[in-house]
Amino acid sequence: MSEKMPSQMKAKELLAYYQAKLDEEARQAKANGKLVCWSASVAPPEMCVAMDIAMVYPETHAAGIGARKGALDMLDVADRLGYSVDCCSYGRVNIGYMELLKEEAMSGKTPEALANSPAARVPLPDLVITCNNICNTLLKWYENLAAELNIPCIVIDVPFNHTMPVSEESKEYIADQFRNAISQLEVICGRPFDYEKFHQVRQQTQRSIAQWNRIAAMSQYKPSPLNGFDLFNYMALVVCARSRDYAEITFKKFADELEELYKQGGSAFKGAEQNRVTWEGIAVWPYLGQTFKALKNQGSIMTGSAYPNMWDLSYDAEDESLHSMAEAYTRTYINTCLENKVNVLLKIMEKGQCDGVLYHLNRSCKLMSFLNVETAELIQEKNGLPYVSFDGDQTDPRNFAPAQYETRVQALGEMMDQAQQTGQE
Amino acid sequence: MEQNINALLEQFRAVAANPKKAMEDYIAETGKGVIGIMPLYAPEELVHATGFLPMGLWGGNRSISKARTYLPPFACSIMQQVMELECDGAYDDLSAVVFSVPCDTLKCMSQKWKGTAPVLVFTHPQNRGLESANRFLEHEYAVLQEKLEAITGVKITNAALENSIQIYNENRAVMREFSHVAAQYPQVISNKDRHAVFKARMFMEKSRHTTLVKELLAAIKATEPQPWTGKRVVVTGILLEPDGLLDIFDELGLAIVADDLAQESRQVRVDVPEGNEAPLYRLARVWQNMYGCCVATDTKKQRGPMLMDMVRKTEADAVVVAMMKFCDPEEWDYPIYYRQFEEKGIRSLMIEVDQEATAFEQARTRLQSLAETL
Repeated sequence: MSEKMPSQMKAKELLAYYQAKLDEEARQAKANGKLVCWSASVAPPEMCVAMDIAMVYPETHAAGIGARKGALDMLDVADRLGYSVDCCSYGRVNIGYMELLKEEAMSGKTPEALANSPAARVPLPDLVITCNNICNTLLKWYENLAAELNIPCIVIDVPFNHTMPVSEESKEYIADQFRNAISQLEVICGRPFDYEKFHQVRQQTQRSIAQWNRIAAMSQYKPSPLNGFDLFNYMALVVCARSRDYAEITFKKFADELEELYKQGGSAFKGAEQNRVTWEGIAVWPYLGQTFKALKNQGSIMTGSAYPNMWDLSYDAEDESLHSMAEAYTRTYINTCLENKVNVLLKIMEKGQCDGVLYHLNRSCKLMSFLNVETAELIQEKNGLPYVSFDGDQTDPRNFAPAQYETRVQALGEMMDQAQQTGQE
Repeated sequence: MEQNINALLEQFRAVAANPKKAMEDYIAETGKGVIGIMPLYAPEELVHATGFLPMGLWGGNRSISKARTYLPPFACSIMQQVMELECDGAYDDLSAVVFSVPCDTLKCMSQKWKGTAPVLVFTHPQNRGLESANRFLEHEYAVLQEKLEAITGVKITNAALENSIQIYNENRAVMREFSHVAAQYPQVISNKDRHAVFKARMFMEKSRHTTLVKELLAAIKATEPQPWTGKRVVVTGILLEPDGLLDIFDELGLAIVADDLAQESRQVRVDVPEGNEAPLYRLARVWQNMYGCCVATDTKKQRGPMLMDMVRKTEADAVVVAMMKFCDPEEWDYPIYYRQFEEKGIRSLMIEVDQEATAFEQARTRLQSLAETL
């Protein structure tokens, strides 16, 4: 950990500092007999944080393991337990990791695959919380965690919005689940719920989200001071710490830095950006660098992605009915009808002044893949911009072929160049 | 008597094999239309109360070609089939299609229908223990009811709905009895015929189906059950098709004595509860009472204990897992109940189900070695 004080750190340093601090806090919590909760990435943490429960995020953790080339060992463990390679690789990496932690806890010995893993050490949970606003896989995965560890599972079910806007009935059902989660937590924690802190945590969450949105807004400028791939990195804190000031502090710093860069006429792209793309889907974590470089090498910068935008969880923190908070957690674009999904993407492309789209056909994510054909066609009908699709996977490195990716990116580059030339003629 | 049984079975086989004819006959006889019901669960009673025929859309056995444009290879086998049929216009004579979205694949499928029939989507709540979940689903059903009324031009009265609920509850009870009786008469009801009786259920008006099943039960029960020299298995999964797979069970003397298939017994597991509440609310309660299914969230994971209980009650020798290719909700359940089986010494075997398949040699080899070692 850096010796600098956080107030002296740059955004990048703050990001690393707070990520490490969160892991350390979770380990300390466990050591001191406090509760640890594993949470789905867009599940509402507000109730748990209000009860001072240490939060750990398996999706972020799995992405980190993937990025550090440690996924295969965990995937092998899941394979041994009978998990099909068809199951989400985040889920399988996490189940593998959980199994190794469990073996360690039961035998007192650290399994070799765990000892050698580049994964950040996180403790086993005392409870889990899940939410299906980004997939129903998170219901199955967390059912299994709860069963394997014999611990409580809090479910926040946000029904698929087949029509938009979100219905009042849906909001009421979700708000009722928040209230139910509160009573579950009172039982689990053995003490009354802290409503005052809950209010403060909601306010904090909104301050973090406001700073997150400030960062995302920077890609509207041309040339862009923001490299969209940086959002993939900073996402770790909007997932893991949006209800804490860690996220707010880091995002504010980063947004300030970007504004400063913009004022000075600088840009994220060293050299002139040739064109700007939208990345649709989750990052390919084991190949994050390669996927970025292939774009960079041909002068493309990513200035739009709906994926990090899913954490734009703006709501009215003063709304005690919790309907506003319910609405924020259910309107995730992949939890809505195709028409709305397309509109969200169109706005992102427009805001980022994008020239084309790169669709990730993600072997691990059916929900973010099976509508790609229709989404791409509808978007092209509306804005006429070119697109390509590539095969990949968020954390299973075996499902991504760099050569195919590079060819597709090149094809997109050529189409965008051609469109620009045609536009200039 | 045997002749009578066979004549009755022939009727089920004919309907199961030719849903198009079942649809055309229904339209000719009643002058009313047919409404498709996508897997896995829908309040069919609402459709039935309009006088239209609810018809299950559970894939087929086509060679996949057009669907490849719209679905990657890792979409489940049944939805590849449904997509192929959509592209072929096979569903275009339906007046509408009712769509539930309890898994990620179905959410997407509900947004990309390639046929001409209107799609009526509703969402099941997953925090099923809560009263607010019942209320939410009741509202979803009310919206669905309005849409059905607009399409069919029929006002669904509470009286008509209560009548349909009774018809469905009776059919479910009769099918549970059928499953029980078929297990006692494996020489009389082959696995393939057992499936045909269940499958015909999806294509027939339910009171007619009930009458026919009752006749079949009476005819079977008039004979003496014979000792079974083969083995007895419980099957679990989404469905067990094509028939070629069931032939192997029959050839190897593996009698299916109970099933936990979404297409079969899961459809008749839970009745609409009795009570004074409005019928729409009671229909919603069915989902709360559902259990042992991969798309009905269960943080207690009771599917394994449920299957073990089925094994005990039916004195089965093993569980055969019919794993729908690329069905991740089923795949997520497997490791948990597999471990529970191992802990209790229950034999099990997983075979892959691909509706497109025409050759089953791998499944045959695996089932054969299971049969030999039981």
